[in-house]
Order: sequence, then C-alpha cells, then structure tokens
Amino acid sequence: MPKDSGVIGASDKRREDVRFLTGRGQYTDDIQIAGQAYAAFARSDVAHGEIVSIDANAAKAMPGVLEVFTGEDFAEVGGNPAGWLINSRDGEPMKEPKRPVLAHGKVRHVGDAYAAVIAETPEQARDAVEALNAEIKELPAVVDMKAALDGGPLVHDEIETNQCFDWGWIEDNRAATDEAIKNAHHVTTLELVNNRLVPNAMEPRASTGIYDPGTDEYKLYTTSQNPHLTRLLICAFVMGIPENKLTVIAPDVGGGFGSKIYHYGEEALVLAAAKKVGRPVRWTASRSEAFLTDAHGRDHVTKIELAVDAEGNFQAFRTETYANVGAYLSNFSTATPTFLHGTLMAGNYTVPNVYVNVKAVFTNTAPVDAYRGAGRPEATYSLERVIDKCAREMGMDPVEMRRKNFIKPDQYPYAGAAGLEYDTGNYDALMDKMEELADFAGFEARRKASEAKGLLRGRGVNAYIEACGIAPSNLVGILGSRVGLYDAATVRVNATGTLSVMVGAHSHGQGHETVFPQVVADMLGIDAGSIDIVHGDTSKIPFGMGSYGSRSLAVCGSAVVRATEKIIAKARKIAAHMLEAAEGDVTFEDGNFTVAGTDKSVSFGEVAFKAYVPHNFPLEDIEPGLEETAFYDPANFTYPSGAYTCEVEVDPETGKVTIDSFTAVDDFGNVMNPMVVSGQVHGGLGQGIGQAMLENTIYDENGQLNSASYMDYTMPRADDLPFYTVDHSCVTPCTHNPLGVKGCGEAGAIGSPPTIVNAVIDALQSGGKDVTHIDMPLTPARVWSAMNS
Amino acid sequence: MYAFDIERPSTIADAVSALKAEDSQALGGGQTLIPTLKQRLAMPSALVSLGGIGEMQGVCMSDDGAVCVGGATTHATVASETANSYSGLSGLASHIGDPAVRNRGTIGGSLANNDPSACYPAAVLGSGAEIITNARSIAADDFFEGMFATALDEGEIITEVRFPVPEKANYQKFVQPASRFALVGVFVAKYADGVRVAVTGASEDGVFRWSEAETALSSDFSASAINGLTVSADGMIGDLHGTSEYRAHLVKVMTGRAVAAAS
Ligand SMILES: Cc1cc2nc3c(=O)[nH]c(=O)nc-3n(C[C@H](O)[C@H](O)[C@H](O)COP(=O)(O)OP(=O)(O)OC[C@H]3O[C@@H](n4cnc5c(N)ncnc54)[C@H](O)[C@@H]3O)c2cc1C
Repeated sequence: MPKDSGVIGASDKRREDVRFLTGRGQYTDDIQIAGQAYAAFARSDVAHGEIVSIDANAAKAMPGVLEVFTGEDFAEVGGNPAGWLINSRDGEPMKEPKRPVLAHGKVRHVGDAYAAVIAETPEQARDAVEALNAEIKELPAVVDMKAALDGGPLVHDEIETNQCFDWGWIEDNRAATDEAIKNAHHVTTLELVNNRLVPNAMEPRASTGIYDPGTDEYKLYTTSQNPHLTRLLICAFVMGIPENKLTVIAPDVGGGFGSKIYHYGEEALVLAAAKKVGRPVRWTASRSEAFLTDAHGRDHVTKIELAVDAEGNFQAFRTETYANVGAYLSNFSTATPTFLHGTLMAGNYTVPNVYVNVKAVFTNTAPVDAYRGAGRPEATYSLERVIDKCAREMGMDPVEMRRKNFIKPDQYPYAGAAGLEYDTGNYDALMDKMEELADFAGFEARRKASEAKGLLRGRGVNAYIEACGIAPSNLVGILGSRVGLYDAATVRVNATGTLSVMVGAHSHGQGHETVFPQVVADMLGIDAGSIDIVHGDTSKIPFGMGSYGSRSLAVCGSAVVRATEKIIAKARKIAAHMLEAAEGDVTFEDGNFTVAGTDKSVSFGEVAFKAYVPHNFPLEDIEPGLEETAFYDPANFTYPSGAYTCEVEVDPETGKVTIDSFTAVDDFGNVMNPMVVSGQVHGGLGQGIGQAMLENTIYDENGQLNSASYMDYTMPRADDLPFYTVDHSCVTPCTHNPLGVKGCGEAGAIGSPPTIVNAVIDALQSGGKDVTHIDMPLTPARVWSAMNS
Repeated sequence: MYAFDIERPSTIADAVSALKAEDSQALGGGQTLIPTLKQRLAMPSALVSLGGIGEMQGVCMSDDGAVCVGGATTHATVASETANSYSGLSGLASHIGDPAVRNRGTIGGSLANNDPSACYPAAVLGSGAEIITNARSIAADDFFEGMFATALDEGEIITEVRFPVPEKANYQKFVQPASRFALVGVFVAKYADGVRVAVTGASEDGVFRWSEAETALSSDFSASAINGLTVSADGMIGDLHGTSEYRAHLVKVMTGRAVAAAS
C-alpha cells in the first residue's frame, strides 16, 4: 500500500510554508548586517538622453553621505553580458552593445541608473540623490519596434542599427515552407501582439554587498534564482573578482518568475561600494523601481500563417516576429525569443513545414527577458490562436482540427519540423480527459442559460507542448548558449543518519524543501523528516545552475537521484562488511540492508554511523564518511503537454468578461507531490489569466511608463479567477531522466492565454459579432471596442 | 517620505488652529495622503490628524431625517451604520477599495481630495447633501469644482456631511480594473421632488449631474426611460483603461442599472 506521506507521490504539506506563513522567512532585506550603509540610485526620468555632466559636490556634502558613484567609476570594468549568442540569417553574430554597471555617456530607458549614493540611512541616500546635479540632454526616444527599425533614433550609436539580430529557424526549411503556403488549399493569417508584462514578484529585488579587507573576500546577499550563475557573471564578466573570493547567497526569495535569473548592475554596485566605503552596503528596490527596472516579459508582435489542405491537415506554419529586447540585452533575452520560442513552433502537431523569423529590436524601454514560460507562451499563443481562427474559417470543430493533426502515441520519439525530438506524449488522452472533466456535453445548455441572462457564453480550447528541464549542455551549446545547463547535488549523510542535501536548484516558492526530501526518503526508505535541503549559498552547495524553465526536479532532482544512488552503492559496501557477506548478496529495502535469504540485516542509520565511526572498517577498500556528489546533464529537454479549456461569459453591454470555469489537464510525467504540482498549475494559471485579461505594460511615445504602479497595472486578484479543475493523471513518463518527470512550473502560464482568447472570440461570434481577434489583455474596454467597431 | 511633525488634536477648534501653521496639512485616514508622501510628492511640515476628534466621528440622524456622517468617519463605519437608514449610501461605502482602505479612509478625506474617480462625490452630489465645515455649510452643487478641486479654503476642515434620505437610491460602479476606483460610477436617488443622477469617473471636469436623465427619470422612474438619451463623449476622460466613447457609453448603461437596482 502506498504510504500517504514522506514518499514519492504523496501530497506532503510544504514544510517551508511554516516559516513563510508565520512571518519567519529570511529574505535579503531581513538580514541586517552590523554597520551596514545604504545605496540609493539616481535613475533617468527620460527614456533617452545624453549625460552631459553630473556634479556631485552638493550631494557629497549632505549629511550622512559616504560616497557617490557614477558611470565614470565603472568605465574600466566589464559589462553584463548576454548569455546566448544568436547568429542572424546571414551568418552575422548578433549586435551586443555593452551594458555597464551604471549608465555612462547615455541613459537609454526611464529608470536607467546613472549614479548611486551611499549614505548612513536610506533617507539620507535618497536626499542626496535628489541633490545630485545632473545635466541630461533629452534625445528623441524610440519605443515602437517597427519605428526603431525604420530609421528611428539609435539606442546604441556604436552598433549603427536598432536590430540586434534577424534570425531564421530553420533557415533550410524556408523555401519548402514558402512553397507549401503558396500551394495550400487554404491559408489563415493572424497578426497579434503578445503583451509586455512586468514580473511583479512579491519581494522586490534587494542586494547587500560585504567586503572583508582582511581576507580580500566579498559576500553578496541577493534576490537570485541562481546564485552560482550570478557569481559567475559578476566574477568572470563584470568585476573580475576571482570566483573563490566571492560568495553569493540567495536566501529566501519571494518569487522570481524569471526576473531574478539575471544579474543586474545594482549587485555589482553594492559590492564595489562595500569595498570602497569599508562598510556593508544594502539596497532594496522600491515597487516603483521594480516596475521600471526588473526585466519585463513577452512583448512580441507576430504575423503567423497556417496552411492547410482541404481536409484541414496542417501543411505549414510560417511566422514573422518582432521581439522587443528593450534598451540592453539582459542575460537570456536573446535565447527567449529564439530557441525557447522558434523550436516550439510545431506544437503538438505533425506539420511538415515550419519556418520562424524573429527580429530582435532595441528600444528605449526596460530590458525584456524570460518570464514564466519564456518564449513558449509566445509560441503557444500564436499557434493556438491561428489554429482556432483556421478552424472557424474552414468550418471545422476546433477540437477536431487539433486531434486530426496531433502526433499519435505510436509515433514517438518524434522529430518535429521545428527541430526538437519529442520523447513521449499522448495528446488525445489529454483532450479526452479535458472534455470529460469540463462536461463538454453540457455546454449548449449552459450557453442557453447564459443567453437567458443576456450574456454571451463561449468556450475555448488549447493544446500545448513545451520544452522544459533546460537542459542538455551539448544541445544548448550548439544552439549558442554560453553556459552549460546541467545541475548538481551533494547528499551528505550525517553520522546519526540524518541527511543534508545540497542542491544547485534554488527554491523561491516552488516547494523544493518538501519535495526533494520525499524523493530521497523514498529511495532510502527513511523518514523524510530526517532530510533537509540546503540551497542558495555558493559556499555550501555544489555548482548548479538554479531554477527556471521548470528544470528543478527534472535536472537537479535527477542529480539528487544519482547522488543518492551513489550513497546506496557505498552504504551497501559498508553493510556487506558489517554483515560479513558478499556485496552482491546484500539487498536494500525499506531502509535495511539484508543478506538475501537470511534475517541478518543492518539499518541505514547503523551503516551511516559506521561510516563516521570507522572502527573495524576496511579502510584499504572503503573511505570513511558517507557523502556523494552528482552532476546531471540530461540527454534532451522534457516535453510536458496539456489540454486546456475554459468557458467565459461576456456582458455585451459593457464588454466585461467573466471566466466561469477553467479546466487544465496536464501530462507532467510522473508526479512526486500532487498538491505541490496543483499549486504550481494554479499559480501559472493566475499569471496566464493575468496576461490574457488584465496585465499590460504601456509606454507612451516618449518612453514614459504609463502603467508604472498598481493604480494602472492590473494584477490578478482572487476574485478575477475562477475555481480551477486541474488534473495530472494522464501520464507518459519522460523517457530519459531517472524519475520520469517533466516539469510543471510554467505550464499554466503557457496554456491559459490562448484558451481564454479563443473562448471570448467564440462567445462574441455566437452573439453574431464579426470579431476574429482581440489583442490581450481582454479588458472590458477592448472587448467593447471590438464589438462596436 | 520627508520628515514631518504630527499633531493629534482632540477638538475641531484645536485642529483648526494647528492647521494655521505654515505647510501643515490635515490627515484623515491617510489612504491618499500617505502614499503621496511616500513617493515624496508632497512635503508638509506637519500633519494634523483628525482621527482623534470625537465630534467628527460616527453617524446619526438629524431631527429633519437627514443622515449625518462625521467628517472623520471611516468608510467601514458608514457602510455598517447606514445599512438601514440609507442603503444606497451604505452600498457605495461598502465597495470602496478593500477592507484595509475602508477601515482607515474617511468621508472627509475622500471629499476634500475629490479624485475624479472617487465614489463618495457621486453620493454627495446625487443626494444633494450638505457639507459642513468648521466655518460654514456648503451645498453639494457648489462644493465640487473639477478634478481634485473643491470649494474648501486653505485649512478648512469637513466636519460633517448631511444626506437627505431619498425614497430609493442605488450606486453602480464599473471598476477601473487596476485601481478599482470607478471607471464610471453612477449614483441615482429618487426624492419626492425629483430624481438626481450623479456621475463619477467619467468626466474631465470631475463628478457631474446628468440632467437629461434626471428629467426623464423624474417623470418615469424606470430603466427604459433613458433609452432615447445619448451621452456625448466630448469632455469624457480617455486613458489606458477606456476611451471617452466607452466611458460615455457606460454612463448610460450604469444609470439604467442603478435605476433598475434602486431600493
Ligand atoms: C487601495 C485603495 C483603493 C481605493 N479605492 C477607492 C475606491 O474604490 N473608491 C474611492 O472613492 N476611493 C478609493 N480609495 C481612496 C480612499 O477612499 C481614501 O480613503 C480617500 O481618497 C481619502 O480619504 P482619507 O481619509 O484616507 O484621506 P487622507 O489620505 O488622509 O487625505 C486626503 C486629502 O484630504 C485632506 N483631508 C483629509 N480629511 C479631511 C477633512 N476632514 N477635511 C478636509 N480635508 C481633509 C488631506 O489633507 C488630504 O489632502 C482607495 C484608496 C486606496 C489606497
């Protein structure tokens, strides 16, 4: 009988929630360092300007001021690099302008920091920022991507263009795709905008830099999803600190959604300042700074075409996308619109031809980078919207059209037309489950009931696939990644049989502290409560790549499994010695090593004790101690997939959309903790619904951010969201990682936006409105305008 | 925030004299003022808190049957205390912001601020209420002078608001999705001598009375009575959350719904 807690598959409650929910979390801003001083940043209030002069004399004379930094102070150090090299269609490498610690020469977006003040108190630092006398000559700004490419003002003069790259995927497929579209029975075309989003983690970014002149060592507390990556970037690219002289600690982190993957200039500034002023230096972003300077998400403008034959079989997808990268290249900004987007453009389908063109464009706006889903929501949205439109144009049922084109279970492994090889899946099973759970049969009756209330009811469906567990270093290396994407774990068995598991993954809300112990406990047959996770501190954990891209369990969890297997192998050797048996005769079950066919056994705890008190121990054959490390580099991405549906009601008088029900059926492979997985899906759906209905980032033509606070930027609230039906019982285990897991963190945000837009279009068309597309977010005003134009 | 002093008078008279100091400012619930200070958009030398003044607290009935609300009464108190005496007002107060806002924000602060999207101005104008200050009484029709502008003088305090109670009333608020202030809010009140319709959120001139609807509804108090009317988009607010045409359209829709829901 399966145990109900402490093992794989059990819905253990999240142990980390005890401290989070009782206010005992230790976030960067909670960690007070004796003698700390405070940094405040001077930020540009124009989108584009020349820094003519900065007179800091008055500021330096203000009470409590310790130091003032400007871009000049960092002119000689390196810049914050892009982590992924993209080559344009013509073979030219992408344009990579320098991203300095503090703006130097020019400011390039509202919020761009050009100076920093260090003072005794945060208020004194802010006062001194106001006293800085900076002459910044405003230059014409460019916000619109097409204008930027069409002779608009240059964001970076030295690269002589606003185009970062013009990427084709797969360039060799281009001619065949063009041909297929030219000869098709029918081509559906859709132009759409994937709206820009502000990540809005609950905890704003914060960093504290510490320098010890006695040892020449630096320490950085910071809000990071990947402390080792942050350390690598700071040491190898920005500041030239030897890696052994910098410890990066990302303690409790209150959400990231991608925005805390990247290294930001403030982190380098507090380190440099700590050394210069001889005091720890702390900075915590205000919410306004978060709006202006966290890397934003999405912001694609896309034209997609779908070619079909007379029966509705997909012949080709062709897309042309403009991807806004903002004023500077954030670390993964070039990977997101390319390899995390173009490679997914075949979806769940047996389409023979796919060609994706992406032009990345510099503008005078905040940098744009990966945000929950990162490229895959953009791909799914384009695909699943154009498929829906095509089904309507062809007079086909949208579910039928998808089913007709699905890759079938017996076709795996399946090499898709967009360059990825999917290992496994069963999309019809997901659709079946979705139709059942959402009571498809009862829809017409519900539609009539809505009509009786004067409301238009619509239903939307969506099928998605995503590539997670990012992933295979060999593959991403070929694709231009400048880093490897393995992960690592060290399992340390303590002398008394408890365990500390040091992991490269970083938990900023995901539940690792609960789920990883379940996996280890299940393997060792011991109490999960005796196992703790250590993460987030480069001085304690092996070199890992952190958490993003739904990779923690698939990649780092696999490393944990491998390290635990090594523990079992060594423990078996020790047990064999203790039992005076041949190693091959010793079995391991339920936490006990037993000589097969006898009642002679020792427990895992006894073996652990022996390893650390190695009396009568075969020291010539086995080292004392019980601690193992494994690095795991997967063979492929993992491919979660799902079928989503929702029903909406639209008030035709006001345009207000209400989501009546939402059903998400996902195949995440094997599920370690169903409750945690459901929570991840709920959160993802909330963000996807936010994108589809509520959130929008609006710059005016001068580059001022109009939606710069919660007065104008609509975050989803509980009453905007329906009760969800989520299911993850359709399982096709991943074929190439030891747990058979695929990753669940982003699915909800990927699958939900097209589901909702499809449903609203369905509702409007059922009411006789000739509306084929509305750009997100589907606010009442936009829906009403679409109905009445 | 910049540094400031805080005064906590317990009488209106003490508050008025404290407000004579240069750059001092009244503090109600702080739901507008404190965020403004946090963003360093204002720099008062002293805040004079009105929260401790007993005579400005609570709800009572006057001899002539008006509902009298103390100027420092919170939205939550208005919502609960007027539920029986003036349900239209109670309903409006119970939908301002969220519980935290309603437990601190005050009617005096809301009216003095006169945000063009605020709810209370619609109730006050729609009820033909009287605004009592430390110095005088001001009719609602004379109080609101456009976005963020009122008839109040420097240092003048709203001590009480008197609402004549209508036969029927209702407030319909179509929320701006982000702030959840009114994108368009319409307060309709039916009195023995006629109907008043006050609209907030929509106009560049702040809260206003829709007189055509008042006329139509005064002769026929039913939602269909306004069917033939149109609202011009001229002078309506157009912003991120809706065009002026959309707001004009919503004025009519919300008016119809308020009439239908009036009780
Ligand atoms: C999250 C949020 C949501 C909100 N949602 C809504 C909403 O849906 N609808 C809505 O209408 N409002 C809303 N508000 C505003 C809220 O109602 C405030 O309470 C109101 O705007 C100001 O009242 P206050 O008592 O907090 O005044 P304060 O912020 O203290 O003061 C505001 C101004 O009024 C002055 N003042 C205060 N009291 C008096 C007085 N008695 N006499 C003279 N001057 C005075 C102050 O000097 C200041 O200039 C919201 C606010 C927040 C923070």
